[in-house]
Amino acid sequence: MEHVLYYLVFPGLIFTGVAGLLVTWVDRKVTARIHWRKGPPLLQPFWDIMKLMGKEITVPETAKATGFLLAPLFGFAAVTLASTILWMSLVFPEKGFSGDLIVVIYLLTIPAISMIYGGSASGNPLSAVGASREMKLILAYDLPLLITIFAVIWKSGMTLNLSEIVTYQQMNSPVLYSISGVLLFVAALMCIHGKLAFVPFDAPEAETEIVEGALLEYSGPALAIQKLTKAMMYFTLPVYMVILYWGGMNFGTVGSGIWSIAKVIIIIVLIILIKNTNPRVRIKQIMKFFWGPITIIAIIGLILSMNGL
Amino acid sequence: MSLFLKALKKSPWVFHVNAGACNNCDIEILDCLTPRFDVERFGIKLVGSIKHADALIISGGVTANILPRVLEIYEQAPKPCLVVAVGSCGCSGGIFRDAYNMVGPIDHYLPVDVFIPGCPPRPEALIAGIVKALGKL
Repeated sequence: MEHVLYYLVFPGLIFTGVAGLLVTWVDRKVTARIHWRKGPPLLQPFWDIMKLMGKEITVPETAKATGFLLAPLFGFAAVTLASTILWMSLVFPEKGFSGDLIVVIYLLTIPAISMIYGGSASGNPLSAVGASREMKLILAYDLPLLITIFAVIWKSGMTLNLSEIVTYQQMNSPVLYSISGVLLFVAALMCIHGKLAFVPFDAPEAETEIVEGALLEYSGPALAIQKLTKAMMYFTLPVYMVILYWGGMNFGTVGSGIWSIAKVIIIIVLIILIKNTNPRVRIKQIMKFFWGPITIIAIIGLILSMNGL
Repeated sequence: MSLFLKALKKSPWVFHVNAGACNNCDIEILDCLTPRFDVERFGIKLVGSIKHADALIISGGVTANILPRVLEIYEQAPKPCLVVAVGSCGCSGGIFRDAYNMVGPIDHYLPVDVFIPGCPPRPEALIAGIVKALGKL
């Protein structure tokens, strides 16, 4: 019962959903200010979701309806659970279990897989192109991301428990405050950017090219769930980065609480700035970028961290 | 249900169909997204897929070739979906009214909610038209 409450209310569904939608508002507002526009009002993402919930849901004739409609739910459930586990390690550290880091890594891959599945099931050729690009994108960013996570495990006392990683970093120093840590952080930031499929890595959802790819055929509540999943990922992944690379969060005092939230906001602002100052690149260039420079940076970071730098 | 209508008024996503226009109205529609007019203030967004749209903006008097496509697009739109006819051609056929390849203004085929006249209509007129269409809900 208690766990259902955790999943549905506090660190889970409602908390992450609201926070995620607020983050998308920050994203749209900052983007608008960069364009010298005024931008949408605060409640805009909530209105969008509410409107989509009330619209008609259409299923294309060529679609496999069950898979098409179930796919968004899998991604949604997975990101909610991932966010719950991440926040539990911060708020209730004693409830963590050994290996929850691995569970989170897998759970955070499921939204992308559900996009692939939904896109392929929709029967639209453009969605199929989007799905195949999403597959290549996962292959591209997963290698450097896992290398950086391995380095983080190495630096945080060889533990797979999120709360122990956080405690270790708070006792000693966060991964970020070292030469190898900076390299790992940069590589991970790029991978997170790829995971969110934002410009310049938005080839799977290129709006002007393949019309949002896998999202093309979704309408009404199914689209609302997809958008909500994306919004929740937008909030969960920065938190994930803060936990792994920046010493987690500490709500012990007011000052440290504000600094903890500021860390998440700094990462979000970095993502927004990268997003708004770069053009979209082709999927081939994305793979070259991730398997070339980013993997090399991650490996250098790993080697340095093994030598205690 | 009334909450849904309120939400719909706050975030109408617009899909744009060129049914044989000379592109002038289309440029004015894009003008609405620029920093000067910034329709995102009202939650209006131009979407690429008809499945995401709440309003259909149709510019141009309708040519014989495009008519079946426009009808199909309207059928694919998730309801409720508003239809807005833009420009002199969209309202009445304009200067192309008597052309051999024109099959008449769009309101002969679809239930149009708002007509926005002008050749091309100013961005202010477009925004006012969308607001009027939402007022009809």
